[in-house]
Amino acid sequence: MSGIRIRTRLRDDVVEVRSILRHPMETGFRVNKETSEPIPAHYIQTITITHNDNVVMECDWSRAVSKNPYLAFEFSGAKKGDKVILTWIDNLGLSETSETII
Amino acid sequence: MLRRQFLKAASLVTSSLLALSYPFKAFAEWNKKAFSTDDQDEAIREYYPGLELKEDKNIVLNVRSEIENGAVVPIEIKSDLPNITSISIFVKLNPNPLICSFKLSPQCKGIAATRIKMEAPSEVMGVIESNGKLYFNKTFVKVAEGGCS
Repeated sequence: MSGIRIRTRLRDDVVEVRSILRHPMETGFRVNKETSEPIPAHYIQTITITHNDNVVMECDWSRAVSKNPYLAFEFSGAKKGDKVILTWIDNLGLSETSETII
Repeated sequence: MLRRQFLKAASLVTSSLLALSYPFKAFAEWNKKAFSTDDQDEAIREYYPGLELKEDKNIVLNVRSEIENGAVVPIEIKSDLPNITSISIFVKLNPNPLICSFKLSPQCKGIAATRIKMEAPSEVMGVIESNGKLYFNKTFVKVAEGGCS
């Protein structure tokens, strides 16, 4: 099961992309209340979104993006049936990819 | 429980493999210096070296001026400036002021939205890179409860 949800809405040739990524986005500032141990930083650093194999948007993120991040943007030149792929990589080197059809 | 762990491991492996198998160029390197500094001016200089900042009141910052929970601050930035190549968000009084940046291809419209964390009431700045120049607009957001810890 994917931790990435992507929604697209096409108006003329402009597509609005909205996505929610499942990720803890730990800042490293928080402390586990039971063990008093600091909770290590764990957050998404880069995201790449492609439209039919062309990169349309890339993100550089810090730990100050909220838990289970939301992102939205718009691009033109899209049509029904086109493929949109989102890939994130976090500070621990983990990554996840998901694709959707407009 | 075991099954759950296995599924989790399996999905991690598949997704990493998927990510590796893509033929796209490697991710541009994450700018550690810009993201690590506690000084907003330095963060801007490191992330946008050599670019001068000019105020543009027409940049739209859609963010509420009073927020209860600093862990989730919805924000949208919009601009009609031509050839926008990036949209970035800075929160002056956060431990690290550079919050996030969206690097836009020529296909993209001048709009980006996300949700950010704010530690304290602070100036929030939206920065737009357009035609190789930097423009900003800022607003003040009051946060009742800090969202970083």
